[in-house]
Amino acid sequence: MHTAAGSQARLPIRSDMDLVWVRQHVRQAAAQLGFGLVDQTKLVTAASELARNTLVYGGGGTMETEPLVEGTTHGLRLTFSDEGPGIPDLEQALSDGFTSGGGLGMGLGGARRLVHEFGIESTPGAGTTVRVTSWVGRPPRPREES
Amino acid sequence: MPEQAEGTAGAPTREVRDFLRRRGEQIAQRWADEPLFRAVFTVSRDEAVEAGKAVVDALAQVADAARVEDPDAAGFTAVREQLARMGAARSRAGLSTAQVSSELAALRPPVENLLVADLPEDAAVEHVRSCVTTLNVLMGTLRVVVMQTALSEGQALIDRQRLQLLEVATPVIKLWDGIVAVPLIGTLDSARSQVVMETLLESIVEQQARYAILDITGVPTVDSLVAQHLMKTVAAARLMGAECIVSGIRPAIAQTMVHLGLDLGTVVTRASLADALGYVLHQLGVGIVTPGTNGSVAR
Repeated sequence: MHTAAGSQARLPIRSDMDLVWVRQHVRQAAAQLGFGLVDQTKLVTAASELARNTLVYGGGGTMETEPLVEGTTHGLRLTFSDEGPGIPDLEQALSDGFTSGGGLGMGLGGARRLVHEFGIESTPGAGTTVRVTSWVGRPPRPREES
Repeated sequence: MPEQAEGTAGAPTREVRDFLRRRGEQIAQRWADEPLFRAVFTVSRDEAVEAGKAVVDALAQVADAARVEDPDAAGFTAVREQLARMGAARSRAGLSTAQVSSELAALRPPVENLLVADLPEDAAVEHVRSCVTTLNVLMGTLRVVVMQTALSEGQALIDRQRLQLLEVATPVIKLWDGIVAVPLIGTLDSARSQVVMETLLESIVEQQARYAILDITGVPTVDSLVAQHLMKTVAAARLMGAECIVSGIRPAIAQTMVHLGLDLGTVVTRASLADALGYVLHQLGVGIVTPGTNGSVAR
């Protein structure tokens, strides 16, 4: 099975096996768009965190990949959606060390630091959508002082 | 229908059953010349005939139980293994499932011809037609049985390989007296990391190891869950009196871990397995000496 990296794709996230497929797909797509090794690794790691959240907390969902072009720069957008219980307090969920499961609590906040653009929408009871975008060759975004 | 008793089996089904019993030998002879049997039983034709006879007997038994539509009919049990072997042999020869299926379909016409020829000449057209239909249904069920066994074989193979993967991927290597190393490879999902931890802890006891090196060169992605598994392993080893060193941290992984906010804390880390071994040897007070350089210590 091979999904063309240059095109839009929608992958199911239903089991641990799907996480492997998500990582491989993102790595392939990022490599084809010209991401360097470090940026590939960052994006794949962010995808791994977010996909696991979708699986563990959202009860499964999908990941959509979408290649972007802005001027001469290429980018990759990943959208993770689930129809799970949603996140009641986004601020808290994004802070490091907070976990409602048994994890380290680094997933969501860490994933935000690994990408250029990060957007999250969550409606309690209706589900969560996380959208991340990274651009080829752009330096990491400045750290947000809090 | 499964619930139909012997007595209520329709006349066509009984007719087909009797025909199969009567002409079994002939059917097997014809089948032996079909591509499926020729390709599977390459050594002798007798072997093919014998196998064909076994299948015909099974079909007759299924017809006898009036369960021509039921792939789970008891009659198939005796030949299930043989059918699985035949299907597997054809798959190994590179045939697709559809091709195997059409080879099986090719077994039907010879039987049908024999059946029509076998029926009395003055038999009612209606009767002939229902006998042929019954035979077709029975042969269709045979195809389903073969496909079923092929699928369950595949599933069993996947399950076996998954188990093998768990074991194969986690060898613990003794590098020196008191030093063991685990080269981690691939995805560290929960099941795998559990096995890693168990084998590592066991070998620490067995080898009386004071140092354990976890090498993650072969782990493509280190996210927070992988880091958590690593730290749990390190903590468990520490409880047993062994110090863990995590090695094989590539530049891309290191940068990603920093951005992710992962802190391996007090765990000693090294870029390569060689560095980790050097560090441990130094800790143990063991020096590596190159002959002829008058005993100067390399590291």
